[in-house]
Amino acid sequence: MLRRGLCIRARKKLLQDARTLQERVMSSVWTSTSQMLSGDQYNDAHSPPCISHSPIRRFRTVSASSSASEEAPKQTTVSTARNESNSIDFPGGRVPFTDRLCFIGGALSPSQPASCYRTLDSTGACIEDAEVPHDINENLALRIYDTMVKLQTMDVIFYEAQRQGRFSFFMTSNGEEATIIGSAAALSDEDHIFSQYREHGALLYRGFSFLDMAHQCFGNMRGHGKGRQMPIHYGSKVHNFQTVSAPLATQLPHAVGAAYALKLQGQKAVTAVYFGEGAASEGDFHAALNFAATLSAPVLFICRNNGWAISTPATEQYKGDGIVGRGPSYGIPSVRVDGGDVRAVYNATAEARRIALEHTCPVLIEAMSYRSGHHSTSDDSSRYRTAEEMGVWRARDPATRFHNFIVGRGWWDADRERQLRVDSRKQVVDALTEAQKGVKPPLSELFTDVYADMPWHLREQAAEAQAHAERHPDSLHGIPLE
Amino acid sequence: MKAAGTQPFSGGNVFTAPASQCESDIIRRNSHLALKLARASTSSAQPLDTKSVPGVSAADTKPTNFCSAVNDALHIALEQNPRALCFGEDVGFGGVFRCTVGLFDRFGRDRVFNTPLSEQGIVGFGIGAAAMGATPVAEIQFADYIFPAIDQIVNEAAKYRYRSGGDFHCGGLTVRAPYGAVGHGGHYHSQSPEAFFTHVPGIKVVVPSGPKEAKGLLLASIADPDPVIFFEAKMLYRTVVEDVPTGSYTIPLGQARIVRTGGDITLVGWGQQVAVLERAAAMVQEEDGIECEVIDLRTLMPWDRDTVEASVNKTGRLLVSHEAPVTSGFGAEVVAAISRRCFLRLEAPPTRVCGYDTPFPLVFEPLYVPSAQRVADAIRDSCRF
Repeated sequence: MLRRGLCIRARKKLLQDARTLQERVMSSVWTSTSQMLSGDQYNDAHSPPCISHSPIRRFRTVSASSSASEEAPKQTTVSTARNESNSIDFPGGRVPFTDRLCFIGGALSPSQPASCYRTLDSTGACIEDAEVPHDINENLALRIYDTMVKLQTMDVIFYEAQRQGRFSFFMTSNGEEATIIGSAAALSDEDHIFSQYREHGALLYRGFSFLDMAHQCFGNMRGHGKGRQMPIHYGSKVHNFQTVSAPLATQLPHAVGAAYALKLQGQKAVTAVYFGEGAASEGDFHAALNFAATLSAPVLFICRNNGWAISTPATEQYKGDGIVGRGPSYGIPSVRVDGGDVRAVYNATAEARRIALEHTCPVLIEAMSYRSGHHSTSDDSSRYRTAEEMGVWRARDPATRFHNFIVGRGWWDADRERQLRVDSRKQVVDALTEAQKGVKPPLSELFTDVYADMPWHLREQAAEAQAHAERHPDSLHGIPLE
Repeated sequence: MKAAGTQPFSGGNVFTAPASQCESDIIRRNSHLALKLARASTSSAQPLDTKSVPGVSAADTKPTNFCSAVNDALHIALEQNPRALCFGEDVGFGGVFRCTVGLFDRFGRDRVFNTPLSEQGIVGFGIGAAAMGATPVAEIQFADYIFPAIDQIVNEAAKYRYRSGGDFHCGGLTVRAPYGAVGHGGHYHSQSPEAFFTHVPGIKVVVPSGPKEAKGLLLASIADPDPVIFFEAKMLYRTVVEDVPTGSYTIPLGQARIVRTGGDITLVGWGQQVAVLERAAAMVQEEDGIECEVIDLRTLMPWDRDTVEASVNKTGRLLVSHEAPVTSGFGAEVVAAISRRCFLRLEAPPTRVCGYDTPFPLVFEPLYVPSAQRVADAIRDSCRF
């Protein structure tokens, strides 16, 4: 004990010495850096290109900058050697020393997974003493539930319509309704949403109609995107919902750049970007989280961890503690939430939004759920997972959980439930019927919007296509010539 | 090897002293150009199209190198447009080629900043900022390192407007990248990847050939409503100086420049290859009496077919030259299009003098690049056909 006490006192003193020295080193580095930033000695038309010093990338090639970097490590070494400090300021941050050879992470040091925040149990009963900083009132609860039911109704009927061959492709949100709508409800209308493809519930919540969706799926002139993209690649300018694109995770750095721009414009808004746990394996996930943290972008990363990326189970996607385990290593506040509990997702997102705006920083949310449906209409998931597993999760339907919650509060009853289901069904069927009669965009729209103005080569090609179609009207396949 | 001192003279052209074989090659070429500039007022390096340079007279110019011309353009763009941003790896302290010097001090950390070392992140970030109405000017440190961002450029930036039916776009985005041979750049500091991008509908590709061109084309690219990939000839950054207008001006995208007029053969190039073509043109004029018409394409997508077509209809011969490998290089597009348009006028097969279909080599660079000598031989072959 005595020895330890001495050690601590000695260390304190030595630490202080080291700090003084390091401050001196830092100030000298800073001076050099300021000189560098002023740039006078380099703004010189007569210097040769830097490449002529060294073609090797990544190293500073300007001679004066190397004098600063040479100076820093030399003095740092002296300071640590003299006082045996128990920590050191590396250029990348202050780090304590240890005399234990100890590897962190992985199989050698298993740690408890991050806990999953929930406020409702699997039946929809309230967890006592659960933290609920952002309570859900009756109006909000009913709007959320209404959207959940509409999303489920639409998913069932659109899925069937696709199976009947009325349009080419579809994807449902079964099992993830609470994640999508609970988070969307916690956003402001001014927040911009960047979506993967399984988040059309957020668009429904913002007022995008069944008809808007149906027109897009049929590729009609009135549908978003003028029939150019596959079904479910929605977007809406008025709803601040950027157009979906198929390449996974590409939208993550977009959301960071957008959040940065919103910050500079002085807007009190965040961007929210959705992605699955499979997409989080892409390089763009890494780029986005790192950029968001280093550039202080108020963006909410909302990961839908539904256990499957098409046929690949999450256990073949990562070995760490899911997606949430990665957030802190980027310096990002992170939380794991029960994606089947709408109230938990709402609270986590509302709190994340508050943190992002107050601290001008990104926040990561990992919502744990289960993809109860097939990946898409081109997928039969019974080929890679068991009916039992799917059955268990279907029984934990997020809409039913929330239904029980609002019934328990006395906000909902069987009559209203029946009415909502009947009305939603009718609205979806009507939308599909109307959209099926919709007009396709004219042939000229094949060539517009590639650029802001059509360049000469596209004008030529548009004329060629027009001439071909006039000669062979069958080739139009129902596309109007004009 | 460092180039030693430099010496301005009355023509406003400054060249570094010879250092390595390759650099002296560049310098010889440019000295030749300087002589031509000094003695000929009609041919070579045409003055800027005055239509695109309102209010700029000859008195408002100063001798400027390529690097400083780019720097000027960035200062003007950030000054004129409060939503313009400038970022990339090492951009904050002035850039490894010093193209962003002074921007950080003048416009601050929010608008001029370093990013983490990730090209896909840089371009993806730029797309998102542009989608919110910002005007991001992103820098990729070397064109050789643009490939990690190719998904973001090809699948995202290029298709952003089209796929949304025009509702969203990222037209404010400009991606600058130093490209091309530099004497000793080896595989990953020498590439000319323009043809990868001309194959992508939705983006524009611009390659200026000198300081004056660089400033006007960069300002036009930044103001352009479409995403632009802007390749800067890094060998020219400090080896060529021209009188460049000090104020703001733009050179329209999509318009080629006739560098030198002639009636025997049309030579088409872009970027740092234009100077090689000029040198070859001078060689064959002196030695063989062949009059070359040299065209600087400036913009590769969309390219100025009309100008090339009119020239080939006059000369009856076409030679396209680029540093990038020959197979599927942009020269193939020019040759194919002109062969179709000028079929009855052609007196020899259109020909290409390009890099070989190998990775860009280190010690073999002098043999690899389409040198003025190789171009001159191909011109003679074409005229003898």
